[in-house]
Amino acid sequence: MSDGIPSASAAREARPNGAGAAAVLAAGIGSLLIACFAILADQSASIKSLMNFYKPTGPLSGVTTCAVVLWLASWAGLHASWRNRNLAMARVSAIAFILLLLGLLLTFPPAADLF
Amino acid sequence: MEITVRSLWTMIHGMGFGALYLMACSGALVELHRRYSSHSQAPVTARDETFLRVYFAAMAALAWLAVLTGAYLVYPWYRAAPPADAASLAAFPQRLLLSSPSTSAWHSIGMEWKEHVAWVVPICITMAATVAFQYGRSFKHHPQLRNAVLGFVWISLFAAGIAGFFGAMLNKNAPVEGGRTIHLVKGARP
Repeated sequence: MSDGIPSASAAREARPNGAGAAAVLAAGIGSLLIACFAILADQSASIKSLMNFYKPTGPLSGVTTCAVVLWLASWAGLHASWRNRNLAMARVSAIAFILLLLGLLLTFPPAADLF
Repeated sequence: MEITVRSLWTMIHGMGFGALYLMACSGALVELHRRYSSHSQAPVTARDETFLRVYFAAMAALAWLAVLTGAYLVYPWYRAAPPADAASLAAFPQRLLLSSPSTSAWHSIGMEWKEHVAWVVPICITMAATVAFQYGRSFKHHPQLRNAVLGFVWISLFAAGIAGFFGAMLNKNAPVEGGRTIHLVKGARP
Protein backbone atom coordinates (compact mmCIF):
# COMPACT_ATOMS: atom_id res chain seq x y z
CA MET A 1 0.00 0.00 0.00
CA SER A 2 1.32 3.48 -0.80
CA ASP A 3 -0.11 6.98 -0.32
CA GLY A 4 -3.26 5.47 1.13
CA ILE A 5 -4.12 3.71 -2.16
CA PRO A 6 -4.59 -0.06 -1.69
CA SER A 7 -2.33 -2.22 -3.85
CA ALA A 8 -3.85 -4.51 -6.50
CA SER A 9 -3.04 -7.50 -4.32
CA ALA A 10 -4.79 -6.01 -1.28
CA ALA A 11 -7.79 -5.11 -3.43
CA ARG A 12 -8.05 -8.69 -4.67
CA GLU A 13 -7.77 -10.03 -1.14
CA ALA A 14 -10.53 -7.70 0.01
CA ARG A 15 -12.91 -8.60 -2.83
CA PRO A 16 -16.18 -9.85 -1.28
CA ASN A 17 -17.03 -13.49 -1.93
CA GLY A 18 -20.68 -12.70 -2.73
CA ALA A 19 -20.36 -12.85 -6.53
CA GLY A 20 -18.60 -16.22 -6.29
CA ALA A 21 -21.15 -17.52 -3.78
CA ALA A 22 -23.98 -16.48 -6.11
CA ALA A 23 -22.39 -18.36 -9.03
CA VAL A 24 -21.83 -21.49 -6.92
CA LEU A 25 -25.34 -21.59 -5.47
CA ALA A 26 -26.93 -20.85 -8.86
CA ALA A 27 -25.00 -23.78 -10.39
CA GLY A 28 -26.47 -26.05 -7.71
CA ILE A 29 -29.95 -24.68 -8.45
CA GLY A 30 -29.44 -25.15 -12.21
CA SER A 31 -28.39 -28.77 -11.78
CA LEU A 32 -31.44 -29.56 -9.69
CA LEU A 33 -33.69 -27.74 -12.17
CA ILE A 34 -32.57 -30.08 -14.98
CA ALA A 35 -33.72 -33.06 -12.90
CA CYS A 36 -36.97 -31.37 -11.78
CA PHE A 37 -38.05 -30.43 -15.31
CA ALA A 38 -37.10 -33.91 -16.58
CA ILE A 39 -39.26 -35.53 -13.88
CA LEU A 40 -42.17 -33.16 -14.56
CA ALA A 41 -42.04 -33.87 -18.29
CA ASP A 42 -41.85 -37.59 -17.60
CA GLN A 43 -44.78 -37.66 -15.18
CA SER A 44 -47.25 -35.41 -16.95
CA ALA A 45 -48.33 -35.80 -20.57
CA SER A 46 -49.43 -32.16 -20.78
CA ILE A 47 -46.09 -30.85 -19.48
CA LYS A 48 -44.27 -33.25 -21.81
CA SER A 49 -46.16 -31.78 -24.73
CA LEU A 50 -45.48 -28.21 -23.50
CA MET A 51 -41.76 -28.99 -23.34
CA ASN A 52 -41.66 -29.97 -26.99
CA PHE A 53 -39.95 -26.72 -28.09
CA TYR A 54 -38.11 -28.31 -31.01
CA LYS A 55 -39.90 -31.33 -32.42
CA PRO A 56 -36.87 -33.36 -33.65
CA THR A 57 -35.32 -33.20 -30.15
CA GLY A 58 -38.65 -33.63 -28.36
CA PRO A 59 -39.32 -32.69 -24.71
CA LEU A 60 -35.57 -32.63 -23.95
CA SER A 61 -35.43 -29.28 -25.79
CA GLY A 62 -37.95 -27.68 -23.42
CA VAL A 63 -36.63 -29.38 -20.29
CA THR A 64 -33.08 -28.10 -20.84
CA THR A 65 -34.10 -24.68 -22.17
CA CYS A 66 -36.36 -23.99 -19.17
CA ALA A 67 -33.72 -25.21 -16.71
CA VAL A 68 -30.96 -23.12 -18.33
CA VAL A 69 -33.12 -19.98 -18.46
CA LEU A 70 -34.14 -20.35 -14.80
CA TRP A 71 -30.54 -21.13 -13.80
CA LEU A 72 -29.36 -17.90 -15.47
CA ALA A 73 -32.22 -15.93 -13.92
CA SER A 74 -31.47 -17.28 -10.44
CA TRP A 75 -27.78 -16.48 -10.96
CA ALA A 76 -28.58 -12.92 -12.04
CA GLY A 77 -30.87 -12.44 -9.03
CA LEU A 78 -28.37 -13.85 -6.53
CA HIS A 79 -25.52 -11.87 -8.10
CA ALA A 80 -27.47 -8.62 -7.83
CA SER A 81 -28.21 -9.24 -4.15
CA TRP A 82 -24.86 -10.67 -3.04
CA ARG A 83 -22.13 -9.12 -5.21
CA ASN A 84 -20.99 -6.61 -2.58
CA ARG A 85 -21.44 -8.88 0.42
CA ASN A 86 -19.28 -11.35 2.26
CA LEU A 87 -21.20 -14.52 2.98
CA ALA A 88 -20.61 -17.64 5.02
CA MET A 89 -19.15 -19.52 2.07
CA ALA A 90 -19.08 -22.89 3.83
CA ARG A 91 -22.85 -22.75 4.28
CA VAL A 92 -23.53 -21.58 0.72
CA SER A 93 -21.23 -24.30 -0.65
CA ALA A 94 -22.90 -26.98 1.46
CA ILE A 95 -26.35 -25.99 0.16
CA ALA A 96 -25.05 -25.80 -3.43
CA PHE A 97 -23.50 -29.28 -3.18
CA ILE A 98 -26.68 -30.77 -1.74
CA LEU A 99 -28.64 -29.30 -4.68
CA LEU A 100 -26.02 -30.51 -7.17
CA LEU A 101 -25.94 -34.05 -5.76
CA LEU A 102 -29.75 -34.16 -5.65
CA GLY A 103 -29.75 -33.07 -9.28
CA LEU A 104 -27.32 -35.83 -10.21
CA LEU A 105 -29.29 -38.43 -8.27
CA LEU A 106 -32.65 -37.40 -9.70
CA THR A 107 -31.44 -37.53 -13.30
CA PHE A 108 -30.77 -41.27 -12.72
CA PRO A 109 -33.91 -42.89 -14.22
CA PRO A 110 -34.61 -45.46 -11.45
CA ALA A 111 -34.48 -42.61 -8.87
CA ALA A 112 -36.58 -40.29 -11.04
CA ASP A 113 -39.18 -43.04 -11.51
CA LEU A 114 -39.86 -43.04 -7.76
CA PHE A 115 -41.92 -39.87 -8.24
CA MET B 1 -12.57 -46.02 -46.00
CA GLU B 2 -15.76 -44.04 -45.66
CA ILE B 3 -17.96 -42.49 -43.02
CA THR B 4 -21.53 -41.21 -43.04
CA VAL B 5 -22.36 -37.62 -42.12
CA ARG B 6 -24.34 -38.74 -39.06
CA SER B 7 -21.51 -40.93 -37.89
CA LEU B 8 -19.04 -38.08 -38.36
CA TRP B 9 -21.15 -35.69 -36.28
CA THR B 10 -21.59 -38.34 -33.59
CA MET B 11 -17.81 -38.67 -33.49
CA ILE B 12 -17.31 -34.88 -33.33
CA HIS B 13 -19.85 -34.69 -30.49
CA GLY B 14 -18.42 -37.55 -28.44
CA MET B 15 -14.76 -37.94 -29.31
CA GLY B 16 -14.23 -34.32 -30.19
CA PHE B 17 -16.05 -32.14 -27.68
CA GLY B 18 -16.88 -34.75 -25.02
CA ALA B 19 -13.57 -36.59 -24.81
CA LEU B 20 -11.59 -33.34 -25.01
CA TYR B 21 -13.62 -32.03 -22.08
CA LEU B 22 -12.86 -35.15 -20.04
CA MET B 23 -9.15 -34.80 -20.75
CA ALA B 24 -9.18 -31.08 -19.99
CA CYS B 25 -10.76 -31.77 -16.57
CA SER B 26 -7.61 -33.43 -15.27
CA GLY B 27 -5.53 -30.35 -16.14
CA ALA B 28 -8.00 -27.99 -14.48
CA LEU B 29 -8.12 -30.11 -11.32
CA VAL B 30 -4.33 -30.33 -11.04
CA GLU B 31 -3.97 -26.58 -11.62
CA LEU B 32 -6.60 -25.72 -8.99
CA HIS B 33 -5.24 -28.25 -6.49
CA ARG B 34 -1.60 -27.24 -6.80
CA ARG B 35 -1.28 -23.62 -7.73
CA TYR B 36 -4.32 -22.09 -6.11
CA SER B 37 -4.11 -23.90 -2.77
CA SER B 38 -3.73 -21.55 0.19
CA HIS B 39 -0.85 -23.84 1.30
CA SER B 40 1.04 -23.31 -1.95
CA GLN B 41 4.13 -21.18 -1.40
CA ALA B 42 4.65 -20.24 -5.08
CA PRO B 43 2.98 -16.95 -6.05
CA VAL B 44 0.31 -17.02 -8.76
CA THR B 45 1.50 -14.79 -11.58
CA ALA B 46 -0.60 -12.76 -14.01
CA ARG B 47 0.32 -15.35 -16.64
CA ASP B 48 -1.00 -18.21 -14.47
CA GLU B 49 -4.18 -16.25 -13.91
CA THR B 50 -4.70 -15.69 -17.65
CA PHE B 51 -3.96 -19.35 -18.32
CA LEU B 52 -6.63 -20.50 -15.85
CA ARG B 53 -9.20 -18.11 -17.30
CA VAL B 54 -8.56 -19.15 -20.91
CA TYR B 55 -8.45 -22.82 -19.90
CA PHE B 56 -11.79 -22.69 -18.09
CA ALA B 57 -13.38 -20.66 -20.90
CA ALA B 58 -12.22 -23.29 -23.42
CA MET B 59 -13.65 -26.05 -21.20
CA ALA B 60 -16.98 -24.21 -20.95
CA ALA B 61 -17.05 -23.85 -24.76
CA LEU B 62 -16.35 -27.58 -25.16
CA ALA B 63 -19.08 -28.50 -22.67
CA TRP B 64 -21.69 -26.31 -24.39
CA LEU B 65 -20.68 -27.56 -27.85
CA ALA B 66 -20.95 -31.16 -26.61
CA VAL B 67 -24.48 -30.78 -25.18
CA LEU B 68 -25.78 -28.62 -28.03
CA THR B 69 -24.53 -30.90 -30.82
CA GLY B 70 -25.76 -33.86 -28.80
CA ALA B 71 -29.26 -32.53 -28.15
CA TYR B 72 -29.91 -30.76 -31.45
CA LEU B 73 -27.94 -32.76 -34.01
CA VAL B 74 -27.26 -36.33 -32.93
CA TYR B 75 -30.24 -36.96 -30.63
CA PRO B 76 -32.89 -36.24 -33.34
CA TRP B 77 -31.21 -38.88 -35.53
CA TYR B 78 -31.10 -41.27 -32.57
CA ARG B 79 -34.79 -40.89 -31.70
CA ALA B 80 -36.20 -40.68 -35.25
CA ALA B 81 -39.34 -42.78 -35.71
CA PRO B 82 -39.25 -45.37 -38.49
CA PRO B 83 -41.99 -45.42 -41.14
CA ALA B 84 -44.64 -48.11 -40.72
CA ASP B 85 -43.22 -50.17 -43.57
CA ALA B 86 -39.56 -49.99 -42.46
CA ALA B 87 -37.83 -53.26 -43.28
CA SER B 88 -34.97 -52.66 -40.83
CA LEU B 89 -34.46 -50.63 -37.66
CA ALA B 90 -30.73 -50.15 -38.28
CA ALA B 91 -31.21 -46.46 -39.10
CA PHE B 92 -33.40 -45.87 -36.00
CA PRO B 93 -31.13 -46.52 -32.98
CA GLN B 94 -33.68 -45.85 -30.22
CA ARG B 95 -36.24 -48.22 -31.76
CA LEU B 96 -33.55 -50.79 -32.44
CA LEU B 97 -32.49 -50.79 -28.78
CA LEU B 98 -36.09 -50.96 -27.54
CA SER B 99 -36.88 -53.86 -29.87
CA SER B 100 -34.96 -56.35 -27.72
CA PRO B 101 -35.05 -56.96 -23.93
CA SER B 102 -31.28 -57.49 -24.03
CA THR B 103 -30.66 -53.94 -25.27
CA SER B 104 -33.68 -51.89 -24.13
CA ALA B 105 -32.03 -50.76 -20.86
CA TRP B 106 -29.29 -49.05 -22.86
CA HIS B 107 -32.03 -46.63 -23.86
CA SER B 108 -34.29 -46.63 -20.77
CA ILE B 109 -31.40 -46.16 -18.34
CA GLY B 110 -28.38 -45.22 -20.46
CA MET B 111 -29.79 -42.61 -22.82
CA GLU B 112 -32.42 -41.36 -20.35
CA TRP B 113 -29.66 -40.64 -17.82
CA LYS B 114 -27.11 -39.36 -20.32
CA GLU B 115 -29.42 -36.88 -22.02
CA HIS B 116 -30.12 -35.10 -18.72
CA VAL B 117 -26.98 -35.55 -16.61
CA ALA B 118 -24.80 -34.18 -19.42
CA TRP B 119 -26.38 -30.73 -18.96
CA VAL B 120 -24.99 -30.50 -15.43
CA VAL B 121 -21.51 -30.28 -17.00
CA PRO B 122 -21.82 -26.91 -18.82
CA ILE B 123 -23.64 -25.45 -15.80
CA CYS B 124 -20.78 -26.43 -13.46
CA ILE B 125 -17.95 -25.38 -15.74
CA THR B 126 -19.57 -22.09 -16.79
CA MET B 127 -19.76 -21.25 -13.10
CA ALA B 128 -16.10 -22.24 -12.65
CA ALA B 129 -15.03 -20.13 -15.65
CA THR B 130 -16.99 -17.10 -14.44
CA VAL B 131 -15.57 -17.36 -10.93
CA ALA B 132 -12.05 -17.70 -12.41
CA PHE B 133 -12.64 -14.51 -14.42
CA GLN B 134 -14.02 -12.68 -11.37
CA TYR B 135 -11.45 -13.80 -8.80
CA GLY B 136 -8.39 -15.04 -10.68
CA ARG B 137 -5.37 -14.96 -8.39
CA SER B 138 -7.47 -14.09 -5.36
CA PHE B 139 -8.68 -17.72 -5.24
CA LYS B 140 -5.75 -18.11 -2.87
CA HIS B 141 -7.41 -15.69 -0.48
CA HIS B 142 -10.81 -17.39 -0.80
CA PRO B 143 -10.02 -21.04 -0.03
CA GLN B 144 -13.68 -22.01 0.51
CA LEU B 145 -14.67 -20.53 -2.84
CA ARG B 146 -11.77 -22.35 -4.50
CA ASN B 147 -12.83 -25.61 -2.81
CA ALA B 148 -16.40 -25.15 -4.02
CA VAL B 149 -15.21 -24.59 -7.60
CA LEU B 150 -12.91 -27.60 -7.29
CA GLY B 151 -15.81 -29.76 -6.07
CA PHE B 152 -18.03 -28.65 -8.95
CA VAL B 153 -15.28 -29.43 -11.47
CA TRP B 154 -14.88 -32.91 -9.92
CA ILE B 155 -18.61 -33.51 -10.22
CA SER B 156 -18.64 -32.20 -13.79
CA LEU B 157 -15.94 -34.78 -14.56
CA PHE B 158 -18.15 -37.49 -13.03
CA ALA B 159 -21.22 -36.34 -14.99
CA ALA B 160 -19.23 -36.08 -18.23
CA GLY B 161 -17.87 -39.56 -17.54
CA ILE B 162 -21.41 -40.97 -17.23
CA ALA B 163 -22.46 -39.23 -20.46
CA GLY B 164 -19.31 -40.39 -22.24
CA PHE B 165 -19.60 -43.99 -21.08
CA PHE B 166 -23.24 -44.33 -22.09
CA GLY B 167 -22.63 -42.45 -25.33
CA ALA B 168 -19.92 -44.93 -26.30
CA MET B 169 -22.01 -47.97 -25.28
CA LEU B 170 -25.13 -46.70 -27.06
CA ASN B 171 -23.18 -46.09 -30.23
CA LYS B 172 -21.66 -49.57 -29.95
CA ASN B 173 -25.04 -51.26 -29.56
CA ALA B 174 -27.00 -49.08 -32.00
CA PRO B 175 -24.79 -46.71 -33.98
CA VAL B 176 -26.18 -43.48 -35.35
CA GLU B 177 -25.70 -43.95 -39.07
CA GLY B 178 -27.08 -42.46 -42.25
CA GLY B 179 -26.96 -39.40 -44.40
CA ARG B 180 -24.43 -38.73 -47.12
CA THR B 181 -21.39 -40.99 -47.29
CA ILE B 182 -18.00 -39.31 -47.21
CA HIS B 183 -15.22 -41.26 -48.91
CA LEU B 184 -12.04 -40.72 -46.93
CA VAL B 185 -9.52 -43.05 -48.56
CA LYS B 186 -9.91 -45.46 -51.42
CA GLY B 187 -8.60 -48.86 -50.30
CA ALA B 188 -6.56 -51.31 -52.34
CA ARG B 189 -8.42 -54.08 -54.15
CA PRO B 190 -8.35 -57.47 -52.34
